[in-house]
Amino acid sequence: MNDLFFARSQMAMSLAFHIVFAALGIGMPMLMVMAEGAHIITRKPVYLELSQRWAKGTAILFAVGAVSGTVLSFELGLLWPAFMAKAGAVIGMPFSLEGFAFFAEAIFIGVYLYGRSRLSPLLHWLVGVVVAISGILSGIFVVTANAWMNAPAGFKLVHGKFTEIDPVAAMLNQASFHEVLHMTLAAFVATGFAVASVHAFLLLRNPNSLFHRSALGLALAVAGISIPLQIASGDLSARVTGRLQPAKLAAMEALYRTQTRAPVLIGGIPDDAALTVRCALTIPSGLSLLLADDPSARVAGLEEFPRNDWPDVRMVHWSFDLMVLSGFAMLAVAAWSGWFLCRRRPLADHPSLLRALVATGPLGFVAIEAGWVVTEVGRQPWIIYNVMRTKDAVTPMPGIAAPFFAFTVLYLFLAFVVFSLLRRQFLETDGAVVRPHPA
Amino acid sequence: MLELAVTVSLLLSLILYALTGGADFGGGIWDFLAVGPRAERQRRAIAAAIAPIWEANHVWLILIVVVLFTGFPVGFATMMTALNIPVTLMLIGIVLRGSAFIFGSYKSQSADVQRHWSMAFGIASVFTPFLQGVILGALATGKIHVANDQVTTGFFSGWLTLFAIACGVFALGLFAFLAATYLTLDAKDQPDLQNDFRLRAIWSALALWPISGVVFLAARQGAAALFGGLASWWAPLLLGATCVTAVSALMALWWRQFAMARVAAAGQVTLIFVGWSLAQYPNLITPDVTVSSTHAPEATLRLLVMALAVGALILFPSLGFLFRLFKGNRRG
Repeated sequence: MNDLFFARSQMAMSLAFHIVFAALGIGMPMLMVMAEGAHIITRKPVYLELSQRWAKGTAILFAVGAVSGTVLSFELGLLWPAFMAKAGAVIGMPFSLEGFAFFAEAIFIGVYLYGRSRLSPLLHWLVGVVVAISGILSGIFVVTANAWMNAPAGFKLVHGKFTEIDPVAAMLNQASFHEVLHMTLAAFVATGFAVASVHAFLLLRNPNSLFHRSALGLALAVAGISIPLQIASGDLSARVTGRLQPAKLAAMEALYRTQTRAPVLIGGIPDDAALTVRCALTIPSGLSLLLADDPSARVAGLEEFPRNDWPDVRMVHWSFDLMVLSGFAMLAVAAWSGWFLCRRRPLADHPSLLRALVATGPLGFVAIEAGWVVTEVGRQPWIIYNVMRTKDAVTPMPGIAAPFFAFTVLYLFLAFVVFSLLRRQFLETDGAVVRPHPA
Repeated sequence: MLELAVTVSLLLSLILYALTGGADFGGGIWDFLAVGPRAERQRRAIAAAIAPIWEANHVWLILIVVVLFTGFPVGFATMMTALNIPVTLMLIGIVLRGSAFIFGSYKSQSADVQRHWSMAFGIASVFTPFLQGVILGALATGKIHVANDQVTTGFFSGWLTLFAIACGVFALGLFAFLAATYLTLDAKDQPDLQNDFRLRAIWSALALWPISGVVFLAARQGAAALFGGLASWWAPLLLGATCVTAVSALMALWWRQFAMARVAAAGQVTLIFVGWSLAQYPNLITPDVTVSSTHAPEATLRLLVMALAVGALILFPSLGFLFRLFKGNRRG
């Protein structure tokens, strides 16, 4: 356990913490705007109440997201100074654009949260739209920078120096589109299912609440539309990754041997020494089909790459499977809800469906965390794929264990407080909401 | 030229961060120091004043960091290495300050719990700007050395000097003064509170004189290049102008011309930063890292300047809207 280990752990922990708030910072404004828009159109007070209560929860999530995002932007230099010294000029651009997009989001979320009484309803709603759009944009810009680490472009490497730098080409690298699409959809999937889960839980306790019925409808609309798109975008991501980073893809699929008719292996215990996977569920030719639409296509295994260029196969493979399984579980519950919807039956009248929605609530975030493990651990040992190794980028600062433990304790504490505050907000105000059909 | 444009943008962002985000920290300092029969009302007035704007104000810091690492990647990497410890501590302060503030605003908690959040908010609002002053001061000490883009002077150089620590105390005093001056306007409907903040503004303005004296004297030994810069032709002019704004702010506070006091205080802070940056220029980290030696290639700088220009076109009207909405002159 050296400083590199703790630097990587600190970065991973900071990102894992921040991404939850970042995703909610993209998804929640969308829900608020939908609820408020529904109020402007239908004039039903329940939607106004809904947008206000969602906004109240968003205030705390946004604040914690902003400060934890600040930590990350500094950590790029605190933990990986050699990376920033070289890459700053190439990928600083999307971060600077993100700075402006985030600025707009912070300005207008202040207006949105505290300016309701000072603006006309339509202007207030428009302010919400700006918050939602700038939230999406800032996510897009940051993910572009990460995509560059996977598919570096826009520079030439001459004697270890970056020359002929083209920041636009760097932003438009080959991994940008699929990563941006996958992460943006992930934010909507995760927020939609998490919010649906909260209101499904409260509907189980209070089945006639119009408030929670309306909330569940909007949250499920976001979740239900984004999850099938997300599955499709995941397919695109796998294909592009197979092309750009074959070693990462091989680790995701735990494919040691190069082969035609490559199978999909689900679960199992990858064994780096024996180059086999024990006890995996196997779908013959599945991987060849998925990647090339051809069951006899040849897929490169890890054996093609030098050992010291392999990522941690078990961690990448298991995280990948966790992400995919979470995705399909959510798709199944969304399909179940859709089936009820098509038969024009109110979802809230089916306790078993509500219970399933409660259970799938955290899966969007599980998938996001697992997906980032796949992206980041799967890129190892590189910090810039095939250009710079992570160990060459780490800070010379000794004793990185200390900030790692400090931030871990701090973030665990914050997570606990945020959770209990939101829980209290939902439970305590639950009795006071609009309820036209008293039980 | 391009690197100069980026440097000026950085300075402008830094000044705006001090004038807005710095004042929010100052609000936290007065929350921490709230005493007397009106302590609770003071705290409420502070919270109401900063609640809608502090998140936006905080983004200036994020903008400074991203523009710094885009425009001056090696300079940024060097700062984050040599000043790893104070920067990390400052980040903990930023996380605590922001979280404690928003947690404290949730009314459903017991008074006891809210008092703890207020306490955490206050403490973090004191040590975060102190460390920011220390970090900026450390850059001028000349104690941080760099060879082949590597820091050669370890992780404790610069920021543990008398000069850097004096800069930290100065930042505290400056932000406390700014906040108290702004709060006189925020509390205009409550004359007793307004007078509380007026007195705090006057006392902190007076305290700034000896503190700046100490910074000046410490610079002689502790930041020789900076001190030398203060002997340039523009220095007496700038010093004179700073003194005029400082005295104007004091007089305006004394005679209860609070709108004028706000303008004078903001002018004073702006001039202090302008003077500091002129004396510091062309060094980013004295003496080895300069603006011209560490800037990013042309292509990056050109795009960055364009992005800054376009961004400013969106940013300033938006900020104007925010501040007019919450800080404008409105009745009732």
